[in-house]
Amino acid sequence: MNELANAIPWLGKRNPAAARWVVIALALAAPLIAMLFGKTWVRILDFALLYVMLAIGLNLVVGFAGLLDLGYIAFYAVGAYTFAFLASPHFELHLPFWLVLPLGAVFAALAGIILGLPTLRLRGDYLAIVTLGFGEIVRIFMNNLNHPVNITNGPQGINMIDPLVLFGWDISRPIRIGEEITINSLFLYYYVFLAFVVLSIILVQRLQISRVGRAWAAIREDELAAKAIGINTRNMKLLAFSLGATFGGVAGGLFAAFQGFVSPESFSLMESIAVLTMVVFGGMGNLAGVVVGALVLTALPEILRHVAVPVQQAVFNQVLLDPEVLRMLLLSLAMIFMMLLRPAGLIPAHSRYSRPELVVGGVAGEAGK
Amino acid sequence: METLLQQTVNGLVVGSVYALVALGYTMVYGILGLINFAHGDILMIGALVALEAIRLLQLHAPDLGLIPTLLAGLSISVVVCMILGFTIERTAYRRLRNAPRLAPLITAIGVSFLLQTIAMIIWGRNYHTFPQLVSTTPIEPIAGVFITPVQIVILVVSAVLMVALVLLVNKTRLGRAMRATAENHKVASLMGVDTNKIIAATFIIGSALAAVAGVMFSSNYGIAHYAMGFMPGLKAFTAAVLGGIGNLGGAMLGGLLLGLVESIGAGYIEDLSFGFLNSSYQDIFAFIILGIVLIFRPTGLLGERVADRA
Amino acid sequence: MKIRLVALAVLGLGASAVQAQEVIKLGVAAPLTGTQAHLGKDIENGVRLAIEEYNAKGVTLGGKKVKFDVQAEDDQADPKTATTVAQRLADSGVKGVVGHLNSGASIPASRIYNEAGLPQVSPASTNPKLTQQNFKATFRTIANDVQQGLAIGKYAATRLGKKVALIDDRTAYGQGLADEVEKAVKANGGSLTGREFTSDKATDFLAILTRIKAQNPDVIVYSGMDTQAGPMLKQIKQLGINAKFITGDGACTGEVIKLAGDAISGNTYCTQPGLPLEKMPGGKNFNERFKKRFNADVQIYAPYSYDAASAIIEAMKAANSADPAKYAGNISKVNFPGVIGTVAFDAKGDIKDGAVTVYQFKSGKWEALQ
Repeated sequence: MNELANAIPWLGKRNPAAARWVVIALALAAPLIAMLFGKTWVRILDFALLYVMLAIGLNLVVGFAGLLDLGYIAFYAVGAYTFAFLASPHFELHLPFWLVLPLGAVFAALAGIILGLPTLRLRGDYLAIVTLGFGEIVRIFMNNLNHPVNITNGPQGINMIDPLVLFGWDISRPIRIGEEITINSLFLYYYVFLAFVVLSIILVQRLQISRVGRAWAAIREDELAAKAIGINTRNMKLLAFSLGATFGGVAGGLFAAFQGFVSPESFSLMESIAVLTMVVFGGMGNLAGVVVGALVLTALPEILRHVAVPVQQAVFNQVLLDPEVLRMLLLSLAMIFMMLLRPAGLIPAHSRYSRPELVVGGVAGEAGK
Repeated sequence: METLLQQTVNGLVVGSVYALVALGYTMVYGILGLINFAHGDILMIGALVALEAIRLLQLHAPDLGLIPTLLAGLSISVVVCMILGFTIERTAYRRLRNAPRLAPLITAIGVSFLLQTIAMIIWGRNYHTFPQLVSTTPIEPIAGVFITPVQIVILVVSAVLMVALVLLVNKTRLGRAMRATAENHKVASLMGVDTNKIIAATFIIGSALAAVAGVMFSSNYGIAHYAMGFMPGLKAFTAAVLGGIGNLGGAMLGGLLLGLVESIGAGYIEDLSFGFLNSSYQDIFAFIILGIVLIFRPTGLLGERVADRA
Repeated sequence: MKIRLVALAVLGLGASAVQAQEVIKLGVAAPLTGTQAHLGKDIENGVRLAIEEYNAKGVTLGGKKVKFDVQAEDDQADPKTATTVAQRLADSGVKGVVGHLNSGASIPASRIYNEAGLPQVSPASTNPKLTQQNFKATFRTIANDVQQGLAIGKYAATRLGKKVALIDDRTAYGQGLADEVEKAVKANGGSLTGREFTSDKATDFLAILTRIKAQNPDVIVYSGMDTQAGPMLKQIKQLGINAKFITGDGACTGEVIKLAGDAISGNTYCTQPGLPLEKMPGGKNFNERFKKRFNADVQIYAPYSYDAASAIIEAMKAANSADPAKYAGNISKVNFPGVIGTVAFDAKGDIKDGAVTVYQFKSGKWEALQ
């Protein structure tokens, strides 16, 4: 639970217990606070939680094991499409979500292994390019597999996907308590997603301090040395790939149920890069940082829209840079300057296994010459 | 037969643009072990700067004539891209030269998107018409194959530049210093090579080639826009890997081969797969080749370096 | 007191203050920034003109005089942003929505409007799926891709030549339209020599065009956007292909003329849903009013968004209420002379008798045929 406290560094250091409670209270109350600004913000929060899950999964691969995956969104796509196939009118299948979601995770993990097996020998930048290619191949297949047999419905995407139904209770419908109070489905989705996020965090944290996590850290720091001390690097890397993919698959399934519509354009390279930026921005290998990074960067475009547009209108009488351009600008600058100035991310890791090489030495050491 | 010949010519033209861009990737990778993701976007900047320069020239010096206008526009864009390449290396990459592998790679992705965003701000998101200074009307068909003057220029210019680059690397002092630096930075600097200067020179030369490729690309298709560099960049990288990264001859061979595979593949995949696949898969040939090469022959066709040297 | 009112409003509990005139807000959702901003603004302005004219005439609902107002939101032509924007409109208590432009934005957004019980009338989304979701209050005032694809296929096969080659850009729009074209070509006695594919980011079409050339078609149909059609026309000329060329509304723009340069000729055709402005029943008059009010030309969609807003207000008048629950059912029953012609919807919510016009490239611009 120490990671929780890390999310608020200034308080976390002095009083971890207090920081922990603040984080828990914030997580529970967030949608209620967001509601003050309208349901829109609750919806944004819901999306933010999905990105948190994606970032946690990618962090496993990039941050823990040090394997740069530029096609991570493909696993999100596999999860989303699995859900769409098995719970929509597309194949006239309406399996319950507790069956579909794990299946999506399994397929995503399989995809991770399929990608991992042949590419394990590659390192660093080669791996990045091959995974980028993998992401594009998956997207292009999703876009084209409606011929000669219609599997994915091509660019039209799959619509009318079943919502989440928990114990016979459809959470896409508001609950009514008596006459007066209704709880909007956006809140229900929020708490369901939150549960998944919390579960993921606990799981990943356990993993990080386990033998597996230490093995990953060893591979990341020096693969040859890791091999020499008897770590089965091949299996460990495969495990990282498939576990990371699992998170993507689950997030994808939740996305499909939440949005009710999936199409290949939701799984573009830009999305992979966006998730990577969240991981980099928050701090590679550091769970709390990654969560904060995902939250900040998901809210960013909305904030820009509310702040940048009126400000520009007031100052220049017109919108010079639209929010999308500003977002791109900030994302790309964040990637460059994070690496140059603060390679450990927004919230640097304290943990032993987190990413020492980026925190000390390396960059600072020989950079100046 | 005519169709096959035509597809071959199509492939060679696209391939020689890939080859020119691939040279830039391969030089930087050979020396720094860095995939310069932003290289494709330098091609884009080259095209858009040339477009702007040509527009201005046509406005203020309409009597200049077509070829001088094009050459002037090209020179301006080459110079701008050289400065850009130098600046990127100096500000974004140099500080990370000894950082862990992932850091410069992520920075390079950031630089790539930054260049695209800046281009989007300056030139907007629309497609621009690139002035047709060399004709795109086909000349008299030879053996039923149609080819345009622009395409001939592309083939000739690429060939000349590639030969010039090989001579530069193999015959000059600068070239020898570059080879030494690629072999081993520390030893090269002990031998009196100013490695920083050599690395900067590499970026400058690669960027100049990308600018030329960009102008040729835009002249051929008659368009230029902010995102035009990404795909050619990616494919050129594939070409460099296919040929053997770090190897100049390999980059050229890889570029031409990839162009041919794409063109002939898109033309015949439907017949070859009995109608199961079709031209909608044109864009994945490059990725599939990349995967296969890296898995089965990571050194590429002509390469000597091992895949995980970086 | 003032502070408490503000606080109430912030909490979203503040009921609309009692006013002499009740204000009824209509939502507009369209891309107001980015490459399609001019089209989004066109939609917004069409709605503005409609409500200003209704306000000037005066509308009384339930015995109370009402005033209409517009809340415009930017969906950036992006599916995910569209859902956020839809939620915002639903939150802010608009009584009906005119939007979105892109089908990719309209379809996911329609689900949210449907859940919120808000009627949606799109002035521009042509994907057939939008109105096939069995939502009670999803409408459009523009002909859909089935109607347009039919027109393209029929025109190509009966007027331009029997042998047709078809290319699409593998987007939802391009592929959907091309499927309809394929059906219509076959239904009208034409034959498909081949179907090729490209992407909405491609610039090189030589490989697929060379393949098409070998099949020797009379006409090439391209289903995609102008940014591809322009360079494609160039490459058709470059390969010495003599086939005619026809595209849908995505490439029926001035942009394609610019991008194709000297490669576009009288052999090039395109289609637009709806009538050209000068042939719409209320077109000429509308153009003048629009120009006077906004000092801008009608792009494409203003007449459709004007009529979309009118349809919503007419339905309110018929129900004598601005409550979506009460008036939504009346939209399907409206029947009035709008700018684009008679505005009436079929059972699904598509405009009845949606017209499609064929244009030919003549002396530097697109000219409407028939």
